[in-house]
Amino acid sequence: MLDLKSLPLPTADEEIWRYSRIDLLQPERFTPSPVRTDVVDPHGVCSTTATSSAVASPDVFAALNAESMSELRVDVPAGTTLEAPIIITHYIDAGTATLPRTIVEMGRDAEATIVEQFVSVESGVALCVPVLSARLDDAARLRYLAVNDLDTEAWQIGHQLAEQGRDTSLLLSTVTLGGYYTRARTEARALGSGSQTRQVALYFAAGEQMHDFRVIQSHEAPHTSSDLLFKGAVQDHARSVYTGLISIDETARQTSAHQTNRNLTLSEGAWAESVPNLDIRTNDVSCSHASTVGPIDAEQRFYLESRGVPPEVAERLVVLGFFDEVIDRLPRVDIVDAVRRRVVERLNIATEEVRP
Amino acid sequence: MSMLSISDLRGGVADTDILHGINLNVDAGEVHAIMGPNGAGKSTLSAVLMGRPGYYVSGGTVTLDGADILAMPTWQRAAAGLHLVMQYPSEVPGVSIQSVLIEALQRRGRDDDDVDALLATEAERIGFAPAFLARSLNVDMSGGEKKRNETLQLAVLQPKVAILDELDSGLDIDALRDCSRRVEALSDEGMGVVAITHYSRLLEELRPDHIHILVKGCIVASGGPELADVLERDGYGAFTGVDAADEGTSADDASSSLDDLFRM
Repeated sequence: MLDLKSLPLPTADEEIWRYSRIDLLQPERFTPSPVRTDVVDPHGVCSTTATSSAVASPDVFAALNAESMSELRVDVPAGTTLEAPIIITHYIDAGTATLPRTIVEMGRDAEATIVEQFVSVESGVALCVPVLSARLDDAARLRYLAVNDLDTEAWQIGHQLAEQGRDTSLLLSTVTLGGYYTRARTEARALGSGSQTRQVALYFAAGEQMHDFRVIQSHEAPHTSSDLLFKGAVQDHARSVYTGLISIDETARQTSAHQTNRNLTLSEGAWAESVPNLDIRTNDVSCSHASTVGPIDAEQRFYLESRGVPPEVAERLVVLGFFDEVIDRLPRVDIVDAVRRRVVERLNIATEEVRP
Repeated sequence: MSMLSISDLRGGVADTDILHGINLNVDAGEVHAIMGPNGAGKSTLSAVLMGRPGYYVSGGTVTLDGADILAMPTWQRAAAGLHLVMQYPSEVPGVSIQSVLIEALQRRGRDDDDVDALLATEAERIGFAPAFLARSLNVDMSGGEKKRNETLQLAVLQPKVAILDELDSGLDIDALRDCSRRVEALSDEGMGVVAITHYSRLLEELRPDHIHILVKGCIVASGGPELADVLERDGYGAFTGVDAADEGTSADDASSSLDDLFRM
């Protein structure tokens, strides 16, 4: 049985937990429970096992997840292209602590789209500590999307690790709308030459929510490329943090790596931080990073208003336009339409609050 | 009563007074040109009329068909029938012209069912490549394409009065002709026009009924099209009148000292 009370929690004094809400976490409030998971598996490649595959654990939460009593495995055989997406939905009950663990093994030259959703069954506190491990054998192609739609009192502290072989292609994407505090540590390791990685995220925090991303683009082989686009908005008293690292080691010559993080602060009381970093240990690379934090551009708003569009509608159009660039890069699955609708709903709620 | 009536309008930007009592009446179908040197307050006038953030009004009135324009927020001014064609239209990533015009037409209580057809027709009429209709507003468009896009929106929205802020800037001669002809046709149907410009080139296309010379925040001369000929011949120096004479400026060095006068 899990012992959450004796979990050696980190503190916000540690650089890696800086800005986080880790000091507010009280694990003893939660009851360890098995996670209830639905899987749409049209090709029959998923299985649930009691064994726990070895995955590197960068922190106490990933280590906690390794004690999970079961894991969901997705094994896509070599040379197989799965036409229909695999949809994994985790249902989180209030008051529980759950450890969803998903292991994806992409065989050589395999191709798949996987969506993993986290949904609250009811409102109330909960702690969800998921781990995703995706390994791509040579020439495999994976499009992965995680959607966090948890209740606004729920905690999620997750870890995503992808390891890519030669000539692989990975889309590692995240949509975060839910959670009181949602932390995602995402690490894409380019281990084989010629691998390509796209990392994309959309996050939108409102009320008292906080979304916290730690993202690593790790280039450990030559001729690899990565492109990251994270776009978020915060409104009311919400907070967000993006901390990104492009890491290029000595062997990864002829590498290109780009990271872009853009944040909209939609309310006076909202706060966003963006910290892009570069650690480049070889020459002969092409790297860039860009980050912005700020309110909606006043000129854009005035332009739309001058056509006769009321301010709240102008704001909605600009924010949706801002997010559409990310939405266009997500895997083409039906769930993405729902994501866009959820963004619109959230904006509608906000604009109704400011109406006199 | 005029359709657009501007009376003793005073205002500026930040904490600098720029407009010192503007009077202007525009009736249906009239084309008024407001000309002036750099720094005369031309763009401030358009900004104040539309309520651009950062600009203020310190006195005077503006009415459109009797309605108090200055009491309205920007979007209501537009919905009431005042339209600003911008000198530098903003790029708005991810926002389509269709979504904006649908919202804009709804606010005017007009049918938005056939926006696509309307846009296609208007685009063809002013030589705006249909491919641009699928782009985000003004994103990756040249200066000329942006002005065609502005004119396109004007034609779809059909306001009572259009303020053209330096429509001719950044336009090649073909685009200028296409945009001017569309504006002229709209004015023939009753739209009032206030064309703000630095150069007389636009006037050859638009053929205004009235020309006003704006200098240092005041309209110093008004007249018919013949004023443009005076401008063409003598430059703005002809309209600085008393100020220049009091300073004993001779005609020979007028241009250099007028530069000083016009600099804000």
